[in-house]
Amino acid sequence: MLKGPSSTANNTTHTGNSFFRLLRVERRSPLRWRLIPILAAAIVLIPVGTILSSFFAPASDVWQHLVDTTLPTLLSNTFWLALGVAWGVTVLGVSLAWVTAVCEFPGRKFFSWALLLPLAIPAYVTAFVAIGLFDYVGPVQTALRSWLGPELSWFPDVRSRGGVIIVMILAFYPYVYLLARNAFLTQGRRSLEAAQTLGLNRTQGFFKLALPMARPWIASGLMLALMETLADFGTVAVFNYDTFTTAIYKAWFAMFSLPAASQLASLLIVIVFALILIEQQLRSRTRYAELKQSARADRIPLTGSRAWLVAGFASGTLFFAFLLPVIQLSIWAANVFMRDFDERYLEFLWHSLLISGLAALLTCSVALLLVYATRRHPDTVTRTAVRISTIGYALPGAVLAVGIFIPLAWLDNWLGEMAMEWFHVETGLLIQGTLAAMLIAYMTRFLAVSHSPIDSAMQRITRHIDEAAMALGLSGWSILRRVHLPMLKGGLFTAATMVFVDVMKEMPITLMTRPFGWDTLAVRIFEMTSEGQWEQAALPAVTLILAGLFPILFFMQQTDK
Amino acid sequence: MNTLLELRNVRQAYGRQTVVNDLSLMLKRGDIGCLLGPSGCGKTTVLRCIAGFEPILAGEVLLKRVVVSSMRLSLPPEQRHIGMVFQDYALFPHLTVSANIGFGLHRLPKAEREARVAEMLQTVSLTDAARKYPHELSGGQQQRVALARALAPRPDLLLLDEPFSNLDVSLRERLSLEVREILKSQNATAILVTHDQDEAFAIADEIGVMHDGEIQQWDTAYNLYHRPANRFVANFIGQGVFLPGKMLDSHHVEIELGILTGTIPHECISGYCLLCSPGSLVDVLIRPDDIVHDDASPLRAAVLNKAFRGADILYTLRLPGGATALSLVPSHHNHAIGEKIGIKLEVDHVVAFGQSG
Repeated sequence: MLKGPSSTANNTTHTGNSFFRLLRVERRSPLRWRLIPILAAAIVLIPVGTILSSFFAPASDVWQHLVDTTLPTLLSNTFWLALGVAWGVTVLGVSLAWVTAVCEFPGRKFFSWALLLPLAIPAYVTAFVAIGLFDYVGPVQTALRSWLGPELSWFPDVRSRGGVIIVMILAFYPYVYLLARNAFLTQGRRSLEAAQTLGLNRTQGFFKLALPMARPWIASGLMLALMETLADFGTVAVFNYDTFTTAIYKAWFAMFSLPAASQLASLLIVIVFALILIEQQLRSRTRYAELKQSARADRIPLTGSRAWLVAGFASGTLFFAFLLPVIQLSIWAANVFMRDFDERYLEFLWHSLLISGLAALLTCSVALLLVYATRRHPDTVTRTAVRISTIGYALPGAVLAVGIFIPLAWLDNWLGEMAMEWFHVETGLLIQGTLAAMLIAYMTRFLAVSHSPIDSAMQRITRHIDEAAMALGLSGWSILRRVHLPMLKGGLFTAATMVFVDVMKEMPITLMTRPFGWDTLAVRIFEMTSEGQWEQAALPAVTLILAGLFPILFFMQQTDK
Repeated sequence: MNTLLELRNVRQAYGRQTVVNDLSLMLKRGDIGCLLGPSGCGKTTVLRCIAGFEPILAGEVLLKRVVVSSMRLSLPPEQRHIGMVFQDYALFPHLTVSANIGFGLHRLPKAEREARVAEMLQTVSLTDAARKYPHELSGGQQQRVALARALAPRPDLLLLDEPFSNLDVSLRERLSLEVREILKSQNATAILVTHDQDEAFAIADEIGVMHDGEIQQWDTAYNLYHRPANRFVANFIGQGVFLPGKMLDSHHVEIELGILTGTIPHECISGYCLLCSPGSLVDVLIRPDDIVHDDASPLRAAVLNKAFRGADILYTLRLPGGATALSLVPSHHNHAIGEKIGIKLEVDHVVAFGQSG
């Protein structure tokens, strides 16, 4: 076997000891990077573990009491709510996605992005607007009564199961709409053409081919909508519709019963976990079915009455889900503006901005550390720890609040005892009821939201880019400064914006963990709507919607097709 | 001595799988070397070991006669004064072309840096694209930016990892020659890794054919083609068939088409070994250029297949004895499949290997 020229001549230079000190073997990265995801996962697991412990070791008398009184109602309410919302968002989201992705009708371009606007409005805002509008004393019924007489028994009661379901459908259909639309844009027209070559007409093509092919994405959107439904607190509170979240809240505040709250939270977690398992199953199918950009077929033009019907359908959805609430809120806000735009309002605004800003800063920093840790150690342990850390998003806010509260209370007591024992100082509550408690809860809940865009941005920084920088003479910090940070800027900005807006809108965690008297815009809305004072809730609601429009604009750029 | 790069008995493995096995080579200043081999032969690993992105398990890597990698030590890449062009170019998407090229020149004063960047832009003919961003450039342009960026700091050694694999075939030929010109004009010492023979032939001065982590032969393109050291190189480089033959003595071998005379290169150096002994059976390498078309020849072969290639046609022939051989014929000799054409042996380099191997 002929090798290269032999190299037996030994005339290299091994310089002295000083040179050896410069050389070093490339050691494994310091262990501390591995600890970060494990720590984050532990923080997320604490509330989950705490809650689940009540599930597995229930206080029997509390349990019995719950079973006797509210549990059947809660289960039944939750079941019908989930069923109704699931059905509604699927039908509405899929149909709108189909017509905007595959067909052509007047206003299609506008509706493609406009149908995402309802995401800017928190569901509980749509809820109180609906009640304010369609209630017995509301403008709609009052107007109808003046035309048709005082007997309006046929008019449906808005404060009903149906009312809640409709409001949630209008609020959550964009999740299904967005994901189904992506699927239809890339696969829809092609699959119709394939179906036609096989002898099926358009309707059959839709049901037999396009729809099943899009099923994983529709299912993902549906899961998102359902998780929001189960986690929702504000909407069901306004409607006085008893579900787990309101029951947890009532047990927390009215009954001061932590065990009861904990018990209910544990049940809710089990239901949510079941959903997560289903979602994982469906998600794994999407991995095999890649959405590849294939050559685009032409859109199906709709003509005549059909075109106008579809346009009307889209307009109607947009009207009820976005325009009507915005108009009504603007009217109410205008009415009370002079009176309500005072120092207290500015205080609520400041509190909202402050806590959202701090939460965004904390959550994005932790997410960045997680992403770096994964990059350094792309092994199973790190990856699993990161997955666990991001699962906090699935936990309903009310559950998280209870789950964080218990260990924090324990910690406070422990610290208080230590302080008493060592320093003879009465500390009182150190952590509970402080902004720190809120921030920890927000971080747990929204880590997933910030992790995803930062992770995507990091994927763009390939290993070769790092190596190219090294070959050009840079090391460590300078690579971070000149290459990583500029390339991560976009992802960090997106992440910060999304967490900021999510925390602004957040209600249950804020209500349950805030320092006494420290109110945000969301809290203000809750308090006003609990008393039926819709107008006073309008000004903070409009502010929240304006904030909520930012990430939507970002989404809309992405869907510009 | 102007040896710039030397590898001595380098070994690298992933887990239990040895990827580079006892590999040695030497590269002189100003030369362009190439590691050529099929996927998975370890060539990219060798490159990364030279760059310092991977440690080595045994042996030594020396740059300018100084040990930079060994079993116990590894000088970090940023201290080795090497340049690298990656397969996917790895341009910094947030910087313009000028900023990319000037990235490694951060220690120079501004005026010098700008001058050098302008010089490199001119060398790769991209002066007009100075303010553009990578995503606005074509594949060929991006590759030239990557090359300019790597060459700007005047590295001691330039490493290229499959630099043309992402480009159209027609672009590759032209760029191969351009890249060689650029490297020679900068008096750069470079080592290139590729699986494409034509690239290797166009760019490199010396080529090492790699297989299973070892260099089978380190030689010029001409020698690899006409004097392959073993079967693997003979099969990998160019085209050809093996015809059975019998050694008459150490300088003559008989095959069905005739008797070939020449210095037969094989493992025996002493001039006497079992393979050279009269009567031993060998396989003789017959390349398409060894069989020429001759209407006057009594030897006739049937055309089994033909591949039109523009200037010539590659015929697959069935020899009278039944074996198959390839022949490269100027394309105006257009024969049909099944036709018998006259052929003649014109073997300048006799290559034979023992039949067992």
